Amino acid sequence: MKTKRYVARSKAIAARSLGDETMVMSAVNSTLFTLDEVASVIWESADGMTPLDEIVANKICTRFDIAPEVAMKDAETLVENLAGHGILLLSDRPLPRPGNARPENL
Amino acid sequence: MSGLIMEMAAKALKLNIPLNVQLDLTYRCNERCIHCYLDHDDHGEMTTAEIKDLLDQMAIAGVFYLTLSGGEIMMRRDFFEILEHARLRTFCVKLKTNAVLIREKEAKQLRELGVEGVQISVYSHRAEVHDEITKMPGSFRQTMEAIRFLGQQGLHVTLANVLMTQNAGDYTGVKTMATELGATYTVDPTITPMMDGDRSILNLNVSHAQLQGVFRDEALVGNVEEFCAPPMSADEDALNMLPCSAGHTACYVSPYGDVYPCVQFPMACGNVRETKFADIWRDSPQLKEVRSITLRDMPTCSQCTHGSSCTRCPGLAFLEGNMRGPSYQDCQKSYARTGIPSENFKAKNAAPKPLQSVGLIQIQGLQPAVQDISNQAAEVAVAGV
Repeated sequence: MKTKRYVARSKAIAARSLGDETMVMSAVNSTLFTLDEVASVIWESADGMTPLDEIVANKICTRFDIAPEVAMKDAETLVENLAGHGILLLSDRPLPRPGNARPENL
Repeated sequence: MSGLIMEMAAKALKLNIPLNVQLDLTYRCNERCIHCYLDHDDHGEMTTAEIKDLLDQMAIAGVFYLTLSGGEIMMRRDFFEILEHARLRTFCVKLKTNAVLIREKEAKQLRELGVEGVQISVYSHRAEVHDEITKMPGSFRQTMEAIRFLGQQGLHVTLANVLMTQNAGDYTGVKTMATELGATYTVDPTITPMMDGDRSILNLNVSHAQLQGVFRDEALVGNVEEFCAPPMSADEDALNMLPCSAGHTACYVSPYGDVYPCVQFPMACGNVRETKFADIWRDSPQLKEVRSITLRDMPTCSQCTHGSSCTRCPGLAFLEGNMRGPSYQDCQKSYARTGIPSENFKAKNAAPKPLQSVGLIQIQGLQPAVQDISNQAAEVAVAGV
C-alpha cells in the first residue's frame, strides 16, 4: 500500500487569491509564485490533515475533467516542487499544527 | 516591476482588487525631520482591535502587499501584535521606519515574523548631517546599528535617501554605504508639501542644477542617454494610459482610518470606522472619479510633449488644486531630466508665480500618502494538475 502523503502550507509565506489563481511569495527569499486554478485548490486544501490522495479525489477529480491517476501524478509533482521551494510542507504523517501553515484561513 | 508582478497587477486592475495598501499605524515619531509632511500629534489613532479588524477586511478584499509605515511604526506599543496579526493573514509585509528603536531583539522578531523587507530613512553617510535633518542627536548611530542587526538576521533592507538642500551632495556616500551594508539603495530627490497644504518645506528642495546632477548620474539611473532622452509626444495608447496605481490597485489608510488613493494623494474617500474597507474601495465616488481619469482627460498634460513619459503624480497635482492638471514639481523634474520645458512649465514661466504661492486647497484632518509594489521578488509561475 502506498504511503499517504500530507501537505501543509508553510508559515514563511505570503499568499492571496487573485481571481481563480493564487499568489504565493516565499518569505525566505521573496520568490513569487502564481498557482493556477487547479494548483490553487490543492494549496487551499493543504491543511496538514487531509492526505493528498483524498484532496485529489475529492477536490480535483470532482471539479476538473481529469483521470484520477494523471491527477495524482501531477499533484505529486506539484507538491514536491512547492516543497522544494519551502512554501509547502510535505510529510508521510499528518501535520496537525501545520507549523506553520496559515493559521487562519480567510 | 518584473513580468509576473506586472501580470498580477494587471489582473488585480481588471478584477478591481486593491493589491497594494500602505497603512500608517501612527503619525507619532521620535524624530523631527525638517522635511516631514506630517504633524506628529495623535488625533485619535485606531485601536489595536480596530486595526486587526481592518487587516481582516483587507485580506478578504484581496490586499497582498501591505506596507506598514508612519510616523514611526515602533512608537506603537502594539506594533508587534499588529505585525503578527498581519502575518497570520498572510500579507506580504514591508516596513518603513527610521529603525532607531530596532535592536537585536526586535530585528530577530521581525525575521521570525517573516517581513518581506524593511525600508529605512537615511539622509547622509555623515552622522552630523543625518542628525541635523532628523533633529535627533545620535539617530545616525542608532539607525546604523539597527541596519546591522537587521542584516545579521538576513532581512532585506533598503536605504531610502530623500534629498534636500542639506544633503544634496551626500547621495553617493549613502549609496556606497548601502552597498557596504548589503542593502538596497533608493533615492528620492523631491520634497513634497505638508498634508495640511503648507508648502513652506518646499524651500528645502534641491536646486535645478543639483536635480540635473542626480538625473545624469549613471550610478543612479543607468543609461543616462536613455533616461534623459527627449520625450515623445503621446500617441493614442499613451492617451488612454492610467496615471498610476493610486486608486486603481493601491490605496492608503491613515492611522485614523481615513482611506485615500495614495499617501501622497490626500483626497478623502471614506473612513473604515464608518464604512467597510471593501465598500469604500468599491463604491467611493472619489475613487471612482480617480479611476476614470486617463491622460486624455488632462487638458494640459495631454497636449504636453512630456505626456507619455512624465512621472506626473496625480496626488501632487491634486495638492496644487486639480487632479486632472499638471504637477509643477514633476514638470520641474521632466525639465531637469530632458532640458525640454513642459507646457505647464512654459506657462508658469511666462506668468511667473512662485511655486510656494500656487493656489492650494487647504485640507483639514487629512494626512499623507505613498505607494510601492514589491520589486525585489523573483518569480515562478506554477501550473497545477
